[in-house]
Amino acid sequence: MNTAQHADIARLRRTNPEIFNRPLPQRLRDWGIWVAFIAVLGFGLWWIDASPMRIFNGLGKLGMLVGLMIPPWPGDGLPDYLLAMLETLAMAFLGTVIAAVLAVPLGFMGAKNIIPNWAFHFGIRRFFDAFRGIDGLVWALIFVSAVGLGPFAGVLAIAVGDVMVLGKLFAEAIENVDKKPVDGVRASGGGRLHVMRLGVFPQVFPVMMSHVLYFFESNVRSATILGIVGAGGIGLQLSDRIRINNWQAAAFIILLILVTVSIIDAISRRIRAKLT
Amino acid sequence: MSTLTPTNGRLSSTTREERLLSFEGRYRQQQFTRRNWTLLYGALFLAALVGSISVSDFSIPGLIKGLPMAWNYIAGTLPKLTLENLWGDLGEWYWGLRFWLRLLVETILMGFVGTVLGGILALLLCFPASRNLVENTGIYFAARRALEFCRTVPELVFALIFVFAFGLGPFAGVLAIAVHTAGSLGKLFAEVNENADPRPIEGVRASGGNWPMIMRLGVVPQALPNYASYLLLRFEINVRGASALGLVGAGGIGEDLYVAIRQFEYTDISAILLLLILTTSVIDIICETIRHRLIGNDLTQGA
Repeated sequence: MNTAQHADIARLRRTNPEIFNRPLPQRLRDWGIWVAFIAVLGFGLWWIDASPMRIFNGLGKLGMLVGLMIPPWPGDGLPDYLLAMLETLAMAFLGTVIAAVLAVPLGFMGAKNIIPNWAFHFGIRRFFDAFRGIDGLVWALIFVSAVGLGPFAGVLAIAVGDVMVLGKLFAEAIENVDKKPVDGVRASGGGRLHVMRLGVFPQVFPVMMSHVLYFFESNVRSATILGIVGAGGIGLQLSDRIRINNWQAAAFIILLILVTVSIIDAISRRIRAKLT
Repeated sequence: MSTLTPTNGRLSSTTREERLLSFEGRYRQQQFTRRNWTLLYGALFLAALVGSISVSDFSIPGLIKGLPMAWNYIAGTLPKLTLENLWGDLGEWYWGLRFWLRLLVETILMGFVGTVLGGILALLLCFPASRNLVENTGIYFAARRALEFCRTVPELVFALIFVFAFGLGPFAGVLAIAVHTAGSLGKLFAEVNENADPRPIEGVRASGGNWPMIMRLGVVPQALPNYASYLLLRFEINVRGASALGLVGAGGIGEDLYVAIRQFEYTDISAILLLLILTTSVIDIICETIRHRLIGNDLTQGA
């Protein structure tokens, strides 16, 4: 049995030399990547001043905080928290709707089959991409400075942060339209409007709706924290409770966020599954 | 769908007119139900819209008043660049370039270390969270809930709490990124594992491998390209996230951005934002190239 195995291995080695004896440059390259990876990781750990001692001390403090959080209890602020949560949902909803409405023309502009100009297409795609580089929280901070504290700044931050990304996704949806239904409508004597309504729209609309719903989900998540910089919603309550060391209320708010986000996710996932 | 509509007339009738009539009847009924659903969805949407507008004090006058303010603000952040003195103006705009580049490096490092630490945690948790790899439903359930918790609590909330526990600075930010990353990557990794080909797993089990060996030799080799692809994707997201963590004092370029916005140093804001956009775009392009190569290799190997 043993010898047979050895013979097998020898045979495998002979038939597949590239697996057992990889060429030197390839091995050097792999080692180089690993060494570089570990060097960057080590440098990063050094830069952020990570040490086992710090982790240990911090974990002790974290344990203390968790101890203070139990049991989560809203105190007498429950109506405020629920109202703030509603405000958060409203911000996410309005921001998503505005972004979606504005993204439709952008999507048509960015679609290759609508405007078949290579340079324009490339430019507008890069422009869409560039906006993704700025986090929603930074937009919120900017709009709080521009239009003042409150949910209005949050709505604007969500809308501005999303409109470009949605525009890009819409453009892709429009590009992926199947020509055959369009030809079919045209062949049975439909005009331009009929082609749009019966050939293009039924293909594009479910995809767009599903993207919009997905963005709504993710916006509910991000809207929960926009309040930290003063843009309204539950985040303001949370950062205030943490600031005044009311950890029980903070834990309650975190739980409230968790529950709300899961409910929204479940609803939106169900609708999305129905759409596609 | 056709089974929902009354069909008793269709079977007995054989004349053309009758069949046509029943067809039209069914068509009308389907159109009726669909129209009702659309109306219902539309009504729900309108109700949500009206509710949101009333809750968030959003109003058209407010919008008309607010938008020019926002536009003025954004226009105000743009620097004055003249053709005669372009280099001088650029130098003045980017007066703090050295300092900002340092913070930018810190942001990228935070994203990198956070992704790696979170990835390691995710790798440890993803096997117990895969339904096809664990028999004990208790372990599966616990791992899934732990990942869900890490994923659903926003990164910034972790950062707020960690800043209290570990002190101000990038260390708290990295931990916040790592925990959140562990949650989202763990779920994605577990989904990869659940789609893994069972034959190598059976093979390792049949030759007497224990559970860690099955994971290492049966699952990881086929899932590795997908893991790496998700890691890179997460790295892009985390660099972006790291730039915002500075707003709560958790290190990175966000700290200086916060100061610039709060003290109305207009041109600094646009300078830093432009740097951020450039950095994230470059990282996006690099990661995308590597990702396509990884997944491409995977496909050619599988074929």
